[in-house]
Amino acid sequence: MKTLIFLLEKEFRQVFRDPAILRMLFIMPVIQLIVLPLAANYEVKNINIDIIDHDKSDFSAELITRLNGSGYFKLKNTPGTFEEAMKDFANDNADIILEIPSNFEKDLVKENNSKLFMAVNAINGAKANIGASYLNSLIQKYNIEVRTEWLNAPEQKLQKGILLEYSNWYNIHMNYRNFMVPGILAILLTMVGMFLTSLNIVREKEAGTIEQINVTPIKKHIFILGKLLPFWIMGLVVLTLGLLVARIIYGISPLGNLFHVYLFAAVFLWATLGLGLLISTISKTQQQAMLIAFFLLMIFILLGGLYTSIDSMPKWAQIITWFNPVKYFIEVMRMIILKGSTLFDILKHVGIMILFAIFFNAWAVLSYSKRS
Amino acid sequence: MNELAIKAEKLSKNFGSFKAVDEISFDVKKGEVFGFLGANGAGKTTAMKMLIGISTPSSGKASIAGYDIYNETEKIKRNIGYMSQKFSLYDDLTIGENLRFFGGIYGLSRPDIKLNTEKVLDRLHLQKEKNALVKSLPLGWKQKLAFSAAMFHSPQIVFLDEPTGGVDPLTRREFWDMIYEAAELGTTIFVTTHYMDEAEYCNRISMMVDGKIEAMNSPKELKKQFNASSMDEVFLDLARKATRTGD
Repeated sequence: MKTLIFLLEKEFRQVFRDPAILRMLFIMPVIQLIVLPLAANYEVKNINIDIIDHDKSDFSAELITRLNGSGYFKLKNTPGTFEEAMKDFANDNADIILEIPSNFEKDLVKENNSKLFMAVNAINGAKANIGASYLNSLIQKYNIEVRTEWLNAPEQKLQKGILLEYSNWYNIHMNYRNFMVPGILAILLTMVGMFLTSLNIVREKEAGTIEQINVTPIKKHIFILGKLLPFWIMGLVVLTLGLLVARIIYGISPLGNLFHVYLFAAVFLWATLGLGLLISTISKTQQQAMLIAFFLLMIFILLGGLYTSIDSMPKWAQIITWFNPVKYFIEVMRMIILKGSTLFDILKHVGIMILFAIFFNAWAVLSYSKRS
Repeated sequence: MNELAIKAEKLSKNFGSFKAVDEISFDVKKGEVFGFLGANGAGKTTAMKMLIGISTPSSGKASIAGYDIYNETEKIKRNIGYMSQKFSLYDDLTIGENLRFFGGIYGLSRPDIKLNTEKVLDRLHLQKEKNALVKSLPLGWKQKLAFSAAMFHSPQIVFLDEPTGGVDPLTRREFWDMIYEAAELGTTIFVTTHYMDEAEYCNRISMMVDGKIEAMNSPKELKKQFNASSMDEVFLDLARKATRTGD
């Protein structure tokens, strides 16, 4: 126990003497939390559209004005032919091509039925799909208005559309940032914790100081604990900073109990820092440790449910995510912060995380060998 | 009471088919200054690492301060000090912080640490540099500091791996003064070196060639045995037999 205090004293001194670590701990997460949620946004705006208007009628002109004024579309070009429009597709200047046939107004007025053709550039699949559905709904709306107002169509002839009313729960304004910020905070904490710990022991190997440690009677678990605790404390400080940024800049404060956020983060940090130390004990150089940490982080992030929903992943990928501690953290952060979940709701997550923590830390202690 | 500080019997370490240390046997008495000589790559450092318990032997037996090097390494570690070939104190800590850290790891009390630190600073005339980061010190001072750190918890035996590598003759001389002071207080010194003038300072020396101990005796007897006027000649005579190339 006394040894541990000397070890902690030394680790803290070293951390506070290294400006690179301090920047990584305190400045990097804050900047990322300010910049990332603004950039990482699924709301699609600025969809570039080419409209080929063969009709050149009042109706088609009105439709174009409406699309332009919707705020989602940017009218790029009004080419004469579909072939010309395809050039914009090829150069990635347009995401959607809308072709209005020459008898659009006539058909609509006379036959109460007309066709529009829409082509979608699916290279950016998400943008294209969302754009197409926006366009679709705008045209539907226009269609209904045209029929009721302009054509004075008799009521009974109007097909009664199914009116879908919906309400968003937990993220009332469908504000994408509310969804992203807790998740990004979870990722940042993982990144900072894993990188710093994975580089720590291996740096002592490179400097040769580990040899001086290994000839002392220090106990292996005390050594690992002494390496873990400083970053555990600093991880919680980073979390606090992140929550403050979320509150001040995005106005997000946890609906649930703040203490539960810390409780889970504490267990989560214990697990990820253990993993970082494990990487550090098995690596021979800092470069090696960095690459392993980076490889794992990529998987953790991509299979963590931050950017893509885990529910829509194939079954095998979903099974992989069970072994991803970051997935549980992101879930819990969203549950407590956005949904106001209680300790009872996250009990399963806490249990799983404790298992991760025991597993990684035990492995780290075992793989740290004072002898070769 | 056991009068032997170190006892090794047919101690070996293989890396694959390469026999880094090949069945070496020797004894070191308590309070002795024992020189462990050999060319680069002869296996000195590997042998030392087995003795201090950071490398597991492939075969053979050895005991340090009466403790077995297979099962009692942690007990051994309480009773030995070690100074590595490569400077291995923390560059980003001050002299005082380094001494305090290692003192603390060995279980010294805070008042003892304070007292010993003052002694070391006085002995090395480093009072003014107490709060200087270790990385700012010249190599000679670093080496003396590393030795003091290895001696900080008053070990029975201290292992020094090429402690005077790369330092000037004056500092080497001062370094050996410190070694003698420690020996006079009863500490057993196990030291490797390349410098044959330093070999003369040892009570007894062993010469390692290609992983084996080829000769072992006092410097005087060795010179007689090899019919040489200096230890240099003894060394060259033996080292020429080596078939391994140095590192």
